[in-house]
Amino acid sequence: MSDSHTIGEAPLAVEHADRPELRHHFADVEQQRNAATLGMWWFLGTEIMFFGGMFCAYLIYRRWYFPEFAAASRSLSLPIGTFNTTVLICSSLTVAMSVRAAQLGNRKMQVRMLLLTLVFGLAFLGIKTKEWSDKYREHHIPTFDYNVVGGEGDLIQENKHLLGIDKVENDPVKLRAREAEIQQHTKVFYSLYFALTGMHAIHMLIGVGLFGVVTWMAHKGRFTPEYHTPLEIAGLYWHFVDIVWIYLFPLLYLIDRKPIS
Amino acid sequence: MATTAVSVEKKNYINAEYGIRSWLFTTDHKRIALLYIISITAMFFIGGFFALLIRLELLTPAGDLLTADMYNKAFSMHGQIMVFFFLVPSIPATLGNFLIPMMVGAKDLAFPRINLLSWYIYIAAAALYLWCLASGGVDTGWTFYTPFSSQFSNTHVVEAALAIFIAGFSSILTGLNFVVTVHRMRAPGMTWSRLPLFVWSHYATSIIMLLGTPVIAITLVLVALERTLNLGIFDPTRGGDPVLFQHLFWFYSHPAVYIMILPSMAVISEIVPCFSRKRVFGYNFVAMSSIAIAAIGFLVWAHHMFVAGISVYAALVFSFLTFLVAVPSAIKVFNWTATMYKGSVSFSTPMLYAMGFIGLFTIGGLTGVFLGTLGVDVHVHDTYFVIAHFHYVMVGGAVLGFLGGMHFWWPKISGRMYPESWGRLAAIIVFIGFNLTFFPQFILGYVGMPRRYWDYSHMPEWQALNVLSTAGASILAVGYLLPMVYLLWSLRYGKPAPDNPWQATGLEWRTASPPPTFNFDEIPEVTWEAYEYEKMPLPEEVTLER
Repeated sequence: MSDSHTIGEAPLAVEHADRPELRHHFADVEQQRNAATLGMWWFLGTEIMFFGGMFCAYLIYRRWYFPEFAAASRSLSLPIGTFNTTVLICSSLTVAMSVRAAQLGNRKMQVRMLLLTLVFGLAFLGIKTKEWSDKYREHHIPTFDYNVVGGEGDLIQENKHLLGIDKVENDPVKLRAREAEIQQHTKVFYSLYFALTGMHAIHMLIGVGLFGVVTWMAHKGRFTPEYHTPLEIAGLYWHFVDIVWIYLFPLLYLIDRKPIS
Repeated sequence: MATTAVSVEKKNYINAEYGIRSWLFTTDHKRIALLYIISITAMFFIGGFFALLIRLELLTPAGDLLTADMYNKAFSMHGQIMVFFFLVPSIPATLGNFLIPMMVGAKDLAFPRINLLSWYIYIAAAALYLWCLASGGVDTGWTFYTPFSSQFSNTHVVEAALAIFIAGFSSILTGLNFVVTVHRMRAPGMTWSRLPLFVWSHYATSIIMLLGTPVIAITLVLVALERTLNLGIFDPTRGGDPVLFQHLFWFYSHPAVYIMILPSMAVISEIVPCFSRKRVFGYNFVAMSSIAIAAIGFLVWAHHMFVAGISVYAALVFSFLTFLVAVPSAIKVFNWTATMYKGSVSFSTPMLYAMGFIGLFTIGGLTGVFLGTLGVDVHVHDTYFVIAHFHYVMVGGAVLGFLGGMHFWWPKISGRMYPESWGRLAAIIVFIGFNLTFFPQFILGYVGMPRRYWDYSHMPEWQALNVLSTAGASILAVGYLLPMVYLLWSLRYGKPAPDNPWQATGLEWRTASPPPTFNFDEIPEVTWEAYEYEKMPLPEEVTLER
């Protein structure tokens, strides 16, 4: 901790002239690093609460409207989703390796791993965009001409038993009522799907921006084995955004993937 | 600047640099606190203007001054501005920002640039909100209840929701800065048990800010998405559930009440020992009760929803937890009173506010227990009883704490003494005006006057109490304007303040008034406990009075 610092007279920039990365109000690099890391952990706590609101809504509606949620979940592409999950996990690996490279003082490796991270991150976003545009084509986006009964994005035919259509098929009045219900309840699923994946994608975008800066800093040789806090805390953020996806993937894609009978 | 009165002066944070840029790009927590003081005061007066409209309308039973729609907008914008743009940032962003680094013996908050960023975010949010206001305003009440807000209201709901969403980030960043500063920036020897209670209370507040604010942020975003992109999450016609909105809204907005009151309790915990010349009674209990309030405060939200169709069993649990959260609040009140007991109490301006706070907060808190009781709540739900209750907490509590704190630390902030007799006069006017405004509302609510009504011509017997309330509001307005005037006056004409005018303990009093940019000439080493008043001399003014 600080003991014999004279302050007040010393101009801001000169105080830690030997350590340019050390900001004036910290006693030493250790304190600065601890503060930054703790700050990021608390920030991730707020992020958990931020996504928590939506997860809470998801939990309730999934319980209420389970068949509709399961049917709508089946309309998401499992191969694309799985592949995208892999891409994201790989990006976390490259982040971890770039931190390791920084600890070892290997600048070339650091930059290479960070660039790979950016590639994986952008690839994830690209694939996500493709999935969203598929949903648009299928009329599954609540904003535009939403429809899941008949037409291109029909969910009824393939999930007759799951949705209880087979029980009301012979009664046109009940059938229409059930279809209206399905239309409504799947809309809740897709609303949550787009809200959750949309918020996640915004976080990914921020992460890509953040890692753009970190990559540039690494390229300029700012990080040493003793000091690479920005890389570390940006890494924490990236891993967090990954973990959110690790939850989103099963919750949205894997609700009920039993073979359709 | 006002400080030119004394020609040869030590460099302090105010005269360290000059020019508008040195303020707009400052990372000094003390300067940022001043920026916040100016901005939240401006928002306070805008919110107050709407309060004035409400009180004028209710002067007569007929809905004559405003149209019904305008009245809806007036109370909505009064609530939203006061809650999100004044009360939530009030003490933390101003006094907390100014004092916490000094109280823990640091040169600045942990993240000075993030601190400045939080002010810019606040300004952006306020600007967006004022734009929303200028383009026609919003009429959802401060609570944004769906489905009215998401389907039926044709006012500027999205803009208002986004403005509050953005303001949320400013409060998250403030909270983040405080938590990290308290954990990581304490001076040598400043152990957790030596922290001033001001810091403990702000620590608890920051935890609520960090864990609560993101929930209302996402909730308001979902409302905005429902309005703009037709998502269906709270809208019953799209399969959603409006009660879920209420759950998510109150999950933040009840703890937000503690965001508003805990910092006031922080201020009171400093003022009471100082003007009683005694150690605070039961330091550990006061400190831990702040944490307990933050923790239990997260578990009581559904007491706002007893008539919203939640299950009876849930209501019972929430009612019980509501009683439970009153316990740590009561501990604080008892301990402050016990601190005064047999102390050398002097009635300086900050102490008058503190005593006002204790009395009014007790009334506000106890009526909160009434409201947490299932049967009583059904009777007085959505009446003026509720309005009176939360104004006793938010005005009688939070605003009195803010004013008391501003007076207590004014010598430190400005380097000038405020005129004491004017200060006492204003404190008494605020107290009288406040009670005259809000006590009649308890009675009005009890006899059944509903909140948010603009016309009560079917019940003309309510007029007398409403007239009293409006009269009180005008007295209260004088009480608010007076400090504005004499505090500004004191910047130029006030007596230069000594470093420690109240002979208070606490590190902030061991540096110059106003403090230098980095707070201390030398980082102090703390070897004493907080509130060792038995070792402090009596302040000069008190000695003279005796």
